Amino acid sequence: MLSIIYGVLFYLATFLLVFGLAMKIWLYAKTPAPLKIPTMPAPLTKTGVGFRLFREVAFFESLFKSNKWIWLFGYIFHVALLLVLLRHFRYFQTDVWWWIKIIQPFGIYAGFAMLLALGALFLRRIILQRIRYISSPSDYLMLLLLLGIAGSGLAIKFVSNTDIIAVKSFMLGLLRFQIGDLPTHPALLVHLGLVIILMIIFPISKLLHGVGVFFSPTRNQPDDSRNKRHLAAWAKELEEDEKNG
Amino acid sequence: MVELDIKHKRGSEPLDPLAIPKIACGAMADLKPYPAHAQHNTDLGFPAELIDNWKEVAIAKIGELAKKNRAFKVYLDICVKCGACTDKCHYFLGTGDPKNMPVARQDLLRSVYRRYFTFAGKYFPWLVGAKDLTKEILDEWYTYFHQCSQCRRCSVFCPYGIDTAEISMAAREVLNSVGMGQKYCNEIIAKAEKIGNNLGLNPKALRATLEDLEEDLEDETGQKVRLPLDEKGADILLITPSADFFAEPHIDGLLGYAKVFHQAGASWTISSYASEAANFGMFIGSYENMRELSLRIRKAALDLGVKRIIFGECGHAWRVAYSFLNTLAGPFDFLDQNYPIPQHIIEYTHDLIQKGELKFDKSKNDEFRVTFHDSCNVARGSGMGGIKGGQFTLPREVLKACCNHYFDMDRDTIKESTLCCAGGGGLLTDELMDLRIKGASPRMKALRQVSNENGVTHMAAICAICKTQFSKIMPKYDYEMDDVLSVHQLVSNAIILDEPEQNDTKNEDSVEK
Ligand code: SF4
Ligand code: SF4
Ligand code: SF4
Repeated sequence: MLSIIYGVLFYLATFLLVFGLAMKIWLYAKTPAPLKIPTMPAPLTKTGVGFRLFREVAFFESLFKSNKWIWLFGYIFHVALLLVLLRHFRYFQTDVWWWIKIIQPFGIYAGFAMLLALGALFLRRIILQRIRYISSPSDYLMLLLLLGIAGSGLAIKFVSNTDIIAVKSFMLGLLRFQIGDLPTHPALLVHLGLVIILMIIFPISKLLHGVGVFFSPTRNQPDDSRNKRHLAAWAKELEEDEKNG
Repeated sequence: MVELDIKHKRGSEPLDPLAIPKIACGAMADLKPYPAHAQHNTDLGFPAELIDNWKEVAIAKIGELAKKNRAFKVYLDICVKCGACTDKCHYFLGTGDPKNMPVARQDLLRSVYRRYFTFAGKYFPWLVGAKDLTKEILDEWYTYFHQCSQCRRCSVFCPYGIDTAEISMAAREVLNSVGMGQKYCNEIIAKAEKIGNNLGLNPKALRATLEDLEEDLEDETGQKVRLPLDEKGADILLITPSADFFAEPHIDGLLGYAKVFHQAGASWTISSYASEAANFGMFIGSYENMRELSLRIRKAALDLGVKRIIFGECGHAWRVAYSFLNTLAGPFDFLDQNYPIPQHIIEYTHDLIQKGELKFDKSKNDEFRVTFHDSCNVARGSGMGGIKGGQFTLPREVLKACCNHYFDMDRDTIKESTLCCAGGGGLLTDELMDLRIKGASPRMKALRQVSNENGVTHMAAICAICKTQFSKIMPKYDYEMDDVLSVHQLVSNAIILDEPEQNDTKNEDSVEK
């Protein structure tokens, strides 16, 4: 019974995540930017903009300029998250890629790094008056959710092991649209449950920053307004209406 | 000597322009600008006063903006409340009011957007801090979105480039749409749309002013340096802030442009129809009003048959010109495509210096030890010279070409990190003086640092608002009101004009007098 609930929830969460994200991306893409507003100095070319976005996503360039502590904890968390995610690939592959095998041990260190960085971000949010002022319950809950995922994950590994082979066959089964048996291991159920929640809220929460940054006009526009006329569709209509009286 | 005096004026107390203040809730809650007169609201196409169904209209307007402006929508959605921007606004640094932290300012509007336009806000408002729109909230918007100079310093430091200026402009547009316009901005826009400039200076008065200035120039230089008005067939149309026609130190900048044009032998003119570079349409986030003002420039260029457009020293005007003009009033296919359209007077002067066509006697500026205030709209909203960062290097090179003593302020307070003068974005009005003084304190501390360290006495700027603002508030910080200079004022002081070839016409004139 539990296996079925989790299986169904996984399908639902995946659907909401993919569909929700696609919706948002489509919405952002079709919403016009009426004016050229890159934060200057901006790259003069599209290639340059590519590099700017890459630096933002790969190194958090602006955040680094802004605040070294947030950068440090934020960066550790995101890199660790990436490693941990990659480590989890092995649960979805019958033949695990060699490089996924190589990063397995690093994925574990990353788990601890994640916990640490999230803890630091959480403390910061509580202790620093300015950050506390701008925080809503959801901001704390989001960190707690991620802490819960990291903590339960590490608990499975280090506190009480679960039948990892069975988990893997459950996941592989889901990929083939078969719901197998999921071990009823408390930490595992918590872990997966929280991941499901995270997937569901991703497209409707601030987690959207992951895709939003690519649609930020101050970052994704080149500095070429004197050479190229930029005109939003609705502004064009406005001009045409005027011409036709 | 002079420098030594300044060095010890304030002792050597440690100064940190970016020191983070203690939070002072509600510190600026009572400061709001005067509401616009009914007439000025209706002139701009807005309701005369607060309409009865303000709530529906405001919410509908937010929905409309989220459809028409990606920045608005994306920025309201993706802020992670990381707090990186919280100490980046000069108004927060100067007042300690937490609602002047960029993210908190955005949140004033975001909380309402969330309530009506997002799943979480509709069903779990308490979770995400979503709020129903009330009259109190509307009033709070009026207060705090008029405590933002739209300087975009916060957008430099946000990991996603979230630009509070965009939110602020949108909020003012929402306020205008329900009849809550601000006097200073709306009155000025109405004047500029009717008469052609922010001052309401009619063509006759403008001509008389320019003629007076021509006389001054002739007295000073002994040459016929002209300030032509409405001359058809001139090559260059100069669009400059109307403050250049009457305010100090702006006028000295205007005289500087005239001397540069004179020395270059350029044929140029000012237009009485488009006698304003400033475009306050931007401050109220109104595409339509911004466009209407921009179209005046296009019409003037067409009517006068000019080949080029050059802008005088004005911060947000240059942002509109550089970044938006092509969009709003383009394409400018009738102008000479060999020159940037439009061009900045700094680019023009810089170019002549590079070519060796301008000569300076730098010692004429030896009484000044100069630093440069990067006007935020130039620094973060525009470019110069077609190179990345040209807006930083070109004005400095022009200054160094005509001054012997130039020093930069702390790196964290200049260039893309520049601190706003605190008078921009439509806040240059007397009732907001308290905010203007406090908001300028980070900039003033940075200036004090270079005064202490390098004996800097004067600060040059290329923005009409900056100049007015500084001349008002600098006396509060132990400077004189004339310690702020126009860049072209320094050019004007040092430029060496060639002796005219024939002197006879000049003699005739002096006989007439
Ligand atoms: S820096 Fe950007 S993401 Fe962080 S709180 Fe400020 S606006 Fe939000
Ligand atoms: S745009 Fe400037 S004034 Fe407005 S919130 Fe950002 S830093 Fe402050
Ligand atoms: S007045 Fe000057 S510093 Fe201030 S907003 Fe304008 S350009 Fe910025």
